[in-house]
Amino acid sequence: MAKTNKKTEAEQPVQPAKASGLFEYAPAPESPAAAGEIATSYGHFIGGRFVDSSGSEALKTVNPATEQVLAEFAQGTEEDVDRAVQAARKAFADWSSLPGSERAKYLFRIARIVQERSRELAVLESIDNGKPIRETRDVDLPLVAAHFFYYAGWADKLDFAGFGPNPRPLGVAAQVIPWNFPLLMLAWKVAPALATGNTVVLKPAETTPLTALRFAEICRQAGLPDGVVNIVTGDGRTGAALTAHPDVNKVAFTGSTPVGRSIAKQLAGTRKKLSLELGGKAANIVFDDAPLDQAVEGIVNGIFFNQGHVCCAGSRLLVQESVQDELLDALKRRMGTLRVGDPLDKNTDIGAINSAAQLARITELAAAGEQEGAERWAPECELPGAGYWFRPTLFTGVSQAHRIAREEIFGPVLSVLTFRTPAEAVEKANNTPYGLSAGIWTEKGSRILWMANRLRAGVVWANTFNKFDPTSPFGGYKESGYGREGGRHGLEPYLNVEALDV
Amino acid sequence: MSTLAANAPGATGGGLADVAASEATLRRFLHGLPGVDQVGLESRAATLGTRSIKTTAKAFAIDLAISMIDLTTLEGADTVGKVRSLCAKGLSPDPSDRTAPQVAAICVYPDMVATAKDALRGSGIQVASVATAFPSGRAGMPVKLADTAEAVAAGADEIDMVIDRGAFLSGRYLEVFEEIRAVKEACRRPDGSAAHLKVIFETGELQTYDNVRRASWLTMIAGADFIKTSTGKVAVNATPPVTLLMLEAVRDFRAATGTQVGVKPAGGIRTTKDAMKYLVMVNETLGDDWLSPHWFRFGASSLLNDLLMQRQKLRTGRYSGPDYVTVD
Amino acid sequence: MSEQTVRLDIFKTYKLYVGGKFPRSESGRVYEVQDPKGQWLANAPLGTRKDTRDAVLAARAAVKGWSGTTAYNRGQVLYRVAEMLQGRREQFVAEVAAAEGLGAKKAATLVDAAIDRWVWYAGWTDKVAQVAGGANPVAGPFFNLSTPEPTGVVGVVAPQAGHGFSLLGLVSVVAPAIATGNTVVVALAERAPLPALSLGEVLATSDVPGGVVNLISGRTADIAPTLASHQDVNALDLAGAIDRDGPGAAAALEASAADTLKRVVRPAADPSAEDWTAAPGTRRLLSFLETKTVWHPMGI
Repeated sequence: MAKTNKKTEAEQPVQPAKASGLFEYAPAPESPAAAGEIATSYGHFIGGRFVDSSGSEALKTVNPATEQVLAEFAQGTEEDVDRAVQAARKAFADWSSLPGSERAKYLFRIARIVQERSRELAVLESIDNGKPIRETRDVDLPLVAAHFFYYAGWADKLDFAGFGPNPRPLGVAAQVIPWNFPLLMLAWKVAPALATGNTVVLKPAETTPLTALRFAEICRQAGLPDGVVNIVTGDGRTGAALTAHPDVNKVAFTGSTPVGRSIAKQLAGTRKKLSLELGGKAANIVFDDAPLDQAVEGIVNGIFFNQGHVCCAGSRLLVQESVQDELLDALKRRMGTLRVGDPLDKNTDIGAINSAAQLARITELAAAGEQEGAERWAPECELPGAGYWFRPTLFTGVSQAHRIAREEIFGPVLSVLTFRTPAEAVEKANNTPYGLSAGIWTEKGSRILWMANRLRAGVVWANTFNKFDPTSPFGGYKESGYGREGGRHGLEPYLNVEALDV
Repeated sequence: MSTLAANAPGATGGGLADVAASEATLRRFLHGLPGVDQVGLESRAATLGTRSIKTTAKAFAIDLAISMIDLTTLEGADTVGKVRSLCAKGLSPDPSDRTAPQVAAICVYPDMVATAKDALRGSGIQVASVATAFPSGRAGMPVKLADTAEAVAAGADEIDMVIDRGAFLSGRYLEVFEEIRAVKEACRRPDGSAAHLKVIFETGELQTYDNVRRASWLTMIAGADFIKTSTGKVAVNATPPVTLLMLEAVRDFRAATGTQVGVKPAGGIRTTKDAMKYLVMVNETLGDDWLSPHWFRFGASSLLNDLLMQRQKLRTGRYSGPDYVTVD
Repeated sequence: MSEQTVRLDIFKTYKLYVGGKFPRSESGRVYEVQDPKGQWLANAPLGTRKDTRDAVLAARAAVKGWSGTTAYNRGQVLYRVAEMLQGRREQFVAEVAAAEGLGAKKAATLVDAAIDRWVWYAGWTDKVAQVAGGANPVAGPFFNLSTPEPTGVVGVVAPQAGHGFSLLGLVSVVAPAIATGNTVVVALAERAPLPALSLGEVLATSDVPGGVVNLISGRTADIAPTLASHQDVNALDLAGAIDRDGPGAAAALEASAADTLKRVVRPAADPSAEDWTAAPGTRRLLSFLETKTVWHPMGI
């Protein structure tokens, strides 16, 4: 399937972009050996130990840049999930009654060990996920450590967090995370859950289980009590078994809106607390008085960061008609300098698409864009022979009705639409069932605030894009989900606030 | 730059002539340029700074960087002997390795131009002279023009003038513009040729990136051949973001007018690692067209020895030390 | 002998409250409302799915204006509701007494509490943003601020049980939702809608813009599922959803709401045990808010 897709992609007409010839960067690869030893097969991490699955089914995780199998791992069964939930339940009493200051120390330890082992984890993440080492090294790993460090500090300050005196944890948290930021999404889930005194069973995505399993080793190094963190691998079946388990008190899911919807249905009528961080189709709105060079960088960062595998990606560029030509020229020129290739090369800007399935989806939606009449453009760039790749791609002449303007592509594909007035920009930006993020580019301060006030999105980046911080709440409006991760707000999904009284 | 696109008639640059028709038109034009977001600009420069330049790319870049150096001495204590010694260094940077390229220019005060010219005769190395009451620029026009004319008459190939930052910061853009025009005129030689004019902004004194973008356009419209960041005499000299911004300005100016202008960061660039960052910025912002000493220079003195040590390391595999490069 | 005859009371025709107006149900139908002892009290309009749909349209139309008004102004409007309710205290004491089968004294305590609850939320309107939002000290040169914003249109299944449900319970679920700028469509307590329908008259004379609160009496099993499945409803308060199987049951409503990922406040574990006189806290106030976080670089 991957081969077919590559062929399709190669046949797309692309206009040549000027590539530098004089100053070619020699390969600067990070050593794969820095990832540490990858076992040939993995079981689950339950009750502080690596254990075999009760079933016999194993899945394989591949390096999406080479299609080579990295390891086998267990397809978690209902029985595996049950064992993990039991282990978490058993650990809950002691963990939740531990003084907050002691829980904090475990989280601080984890933060420090993540920092110590960040190179190893960054390389492992790049290998398993396909994302460039520049990003895992400079974005993912620093944020992972920062997230644990931030929430560590909350563990003994919950009485002062504004959720009433002595807020209580919920119990066992079932957490299902996606493949786009495997370790970072783990941190977003695990850190607040542990800080508030919950124990967790986490299921990493089936294409990127390796850093979560490595994280289990870090939990052991940190001396975390057995059963406080349990990791069960597998695909959506394992995830469904976990979220459906009658003895979990909390479900946290990050992933697609359809799966989030099905989990919300599954939990209807139960007392499980649910937080969802789902899809998006963010508008990145550029006015004619924008700082154009920085806007171009923001657009590029908005849609090509992490191959566009970002729920809050700025996938719809809304550009004011008066500046459209100028901006698109600059954007194309800039796209021509993006370096696509080996994720482990320190100079790579765009790595591999995470899986054959995702590549197929991107390819299909891009084809739909052309069929519906939008004009496709991508810079000329050589793609590696093996692996899953997709050129950074731009569609112009896109209308609100096109699929590529409505559906989340989750790939390096930008749809360009235009507007004439601020009101029209707001109307188009909000015209989606999603509401995760938005971008505004203008030098006029009062217009920024006017726009920010009207955009129905949980995160609004003005004159910047795709910035994240553990202190800053993140999450969506409408069908992009509910609950917030990060900041004081990120504690609430893990606390019992039924009797909330400030 | 929509304003520009509308004004640009093609590749002649004539479309911008009206811009300086009056103080009002010039101000309107300069203040109509797109703003610069400081955080975004600095973040882009920092990201480019993470490029990893290894092996063959590094060897290429080191030699390119050496060939782009305006090897500079601008001290009150400069003597004929010091300048001669610097010229010798520029001609043959590494006595142990004759394959090391020579530098682009030797940069001195006007009274040292003749000495340098003499020492460099026939080498192809340019003699650059600072002028216009460098570094402060605080002198009357007659003095500045005489300063320039003296250097040109002594044989300077290039003139590095400073703008009147006081006039610029108080919004007297036309005054700055006309001063550059006048100095440009003073660069003419009797035979009709002219010394190349580099215009120094002293970006550390302009304070904001918006000012740097405006100064870049003002200067380019006035006819500068090069725009240069700094004198090296103030607290903040060349930085990657300010240089990146100027690279964007020359890129946009060529797109609007067809005229290509060079860029020279100066001051504070001391290590090979620094130089690599600048070359990466040139490469990814402007590409091949600017990757030559004709269009990009480093105003530096100590940078050369660090480049030479790195060069020796690449050649021999051993780390070099300061005793293995010459001190001039 | 005088010709005095016994004066006949004027019965009230109860009507729905939708978009600031008092329509009869589009069905033209009514149903009998009785007190807990089975005594006929009045006929109430039998609101339909179409009435509910009209109410959602009205609520949606009101969102922009109501959420856009200043928090101070919303506080004044909510306080005005308390003033109006105070003025009609005796009427509501009678209606609550009849609805919940209480003596006049107990009913009076509940009406007073309902008045005070409006005052409580009137004071919250311009404070909640400071409690629920704030500056985030991110590790970079950015101004970063989180502010709560109203979710939009909230469907409310009004309390049908628990001490004080008929008026105080209703106020306890409606006032927090609108205090923060949401608009509501309320499926009223099926068997005891009269205090609520009268509350509509109070709201109409209290500067509450039309469409901010919409009150539909009728079968919960018709109205609540319409709200739960309506794609233009953003959130559901299931306070009064019955805790058993069937179309009006909490689990079914929540499952239906999941189709558009509505925010859902589940009913209490035992709704009939709910004491609406208890201090309300901030839970409901914070339930229908979205946190918006805005980033901006700091530079010169």
